[in-house]
Amino acid sequence: MSDPDAPLLDVEDLSCDIDTPVGVARVLRNVSLRLAQGRTLGLVGESGSGKSMLIKSILDLAPRAARVTGRVMFEGVELTGMRAAERRKFVGRRVGVVLQNPMTSLNPVVHVGRQIEESARYHLKLSKAQAREVAIDLMARVGLPDPRDSYSHYPHQFSGGMKQRVTIAAALACEPDLLIADEATTALDVTVQKDILDLLQMIQEERRMSMILVTHNLGIVAGRTDEVAVMYGGRIVETARTNALFRSPRHRYTDALLAAMPRADHAAHTTLRTIAGQPPDPLQPLAGCPFAPRCPVAEARCADSMPPTTFEAADARAFACYVPRTLVAPPPAEVH
Amino acid sequence: MLPTQQPYLRADALLSVRNLSVVFRRGQQTLEAVAGVSFDVRRGETVGLVGESGSGKTTTGRAILRLLPKANSSMSGTITFSGQDVQAMPAEQLRAARRHLQMIFQDPMSSFNPRRTVSDIVAEGLVIHGVDRTEIATRVDSALNDVGLSAALVGGRRPHQLSGGQSQRVAIARVLALQPDLIVCDEPVASLDVSVQAQVINLLHEIRETKRLALIFISHDLAVVRHISDRVAVMYMGKIVEIGEAEHVFSRPAHPYTWKLLEAVPVPEASVKLRPASVGTEIPSPANPPSGCRFRTRCPRARELCADVEPPLRPMPHGQFAACHFPHEEPAPTPLSAG
Repeated sequence: MSDPDAPLLDVEDLSCDIDTPVGVARVLRNVSLRLAQGRTLGLVGESGSGKSMLIKSILDLAPRAARVTGRVMFEGVELTGMRAAERRKFVGRRVGVVLQNPMTSLNPVVHVGRQIEESARYHLKLSKAQAREVAIDLMARVGLPDPRDSYSHYPHQFSGGMKQRVTIAAALACEPDLLIADEATTALDVTVQKDILDLLQMIQEERRMSMILVTHNLGIVAGRTDEVAVMYGGRIVETARTNALFRSPRHRYTDALLAAMPRADHAAHTTLRTIAGQPPDPLQPLAGCPFAPRCPVAEARCADSMPPTTFEAADARAFACYVPRTLVAPPPAEVH
Repeated sequence: MLPTQQPYLRADALLSVRNLSVVFRRGQQTLEAVAGVSFDVRRGETVGLVGESGSGKTTTGRAILRLLPKANSSMSGTITFSGQDVQAMPAEQLRAARRHLQMIFQDPMSSFNPRRTVSDIVAEGLVIHGVDRTEIATRVDSALNDVGLSAALVGGRRPHQLSGGQSQRVAIARVLALQPDLIVCDEPVASLDVSVQAQVINLLHEIRETKRLALIFISHDLAVVRHISDRVAVMYMGKIVEIGEAEHVFSRPAHPYTWKLLEAVPVPEASVKLRPASVGTEIPSPANPPSGCRFRTRCPRARELCADVEPPLRPMPHGQFAACHFPHEEPAPTPLSAG
């Protein structure tokens, strides 16, 4: 059934169209993505870039109005061919998800411990007592104080950071092979954000899980992921090893996004390089590169046809740009 | 009352905040959101207020404009704007003063009336202040122009027809139309995407230069604050723990809290993989702050003295002021050495 040599997650040519009263929104266009066992991927994009829809399409959580085409394989098992109930069982057992707002993913009137063990009881058929032990262990692992006591606390008794720890514990209950954190730290203070990111990174290493960090902040994936995929206008415009992507962005959008970020290690009053204009409207048909209308170096062909994907094996890089930035070679000290 | 000769306070300031405290009441409980904050803003200067949520930065900003809810809050201390005591002002005078003292909020959309047009929204303050109609039209045009929008293009639109960046621009235009001297900006770019955020930051920069505006820039994002501020005040649990020139505070932070904040800022730099730290953050309840230094429960350098004696703001060797018994003297942490 499952193929041990296959990548953990293999997304091929995934597209998603949503019918709206004003036309068809093309929110994902021909997205392909691979994630190996034990690796972490940063999925970066601004609002509307399609990153959350990509996750939802992989998990089969896309809204009913969405038409998803393409293939999603998990350890060589094709998810897209499964019946809905079967797929839910499979995904619920193997994939853990942490969302941005713990207050909307937690039930306010159920003890947090019960919520943490819920998926373990359902998928692993654990008894009440076994599940309770699993929940208490997990609560200790994610750094919740006095797990035996806080087992029967309600979500409102925790701070934002602590609530996010509860949802992380719940996501880990079935010992998933893949953990997806979708903007899991966006609503938190920087110091708490660092704690949560550190926690996710430690758990990922300790359990040798694969992880996808979905974020709009390039800073979050730097230094914490193995690979990064940058999304724009429903497409993955560039993907590469994390250090290579930050050292030498090839796609013009990646480059522009990096330059637009204010950085705490830069001097005051430096003018930021801005990206003129607005992200593309998914309702408008796009023949060429989605970034072409805002790109400072776009040529006529950029708007007319989608550039072919260029692969660079050394950086495990793929990007689609007619006029890419010149490749900056790694410093000799850098080892892959 | 703090002695006025404290060198981080200035006699020639446009706005002076002295010993500001704000207490919120909820039933029998009281919560001191701001506890004795003093700082100044000079004409044309940008002062950044940074800190985690609950540090009192927004409350400080609102207190300056007398925007706190009367029913459950009380404040003490003095706020002087252009030589006038803001708290002592009768309603009529306060309204007149607010023309020079304006605020921009995090979520511009919720500060707009959804049924009015952009032109009406920008004109609102001018109408309140009794500016005559022909002048209103020209000032709305020029204010929209200043923020890179054209009245002809967006003037007739309603808020729902604006993008996030555009609505923050409209909010800025509304404030600029009044030609204020000081704008309190509360997280003005927090809800914007990176590419749009850069546009708004550059815009604020430009406006401040050309109009010699003073800004109080409230943000939890240290990278953004560093970009825009001349001086920075770092707040923790209602108190300023470090204040000084932005360059000094960011390159040689003295207070361990500033240090901790800087370490936590994600930096887009990936030559080395970060090592996660296993110690979590436990933030004490603001209703029951720790004795002595309020940061001591999270501070790696805390000793006995910190629990007994609250450190006052005092000058540090690198030019800023910090409230710490055992301040850092080495250069700022780099993201790569953190964790």
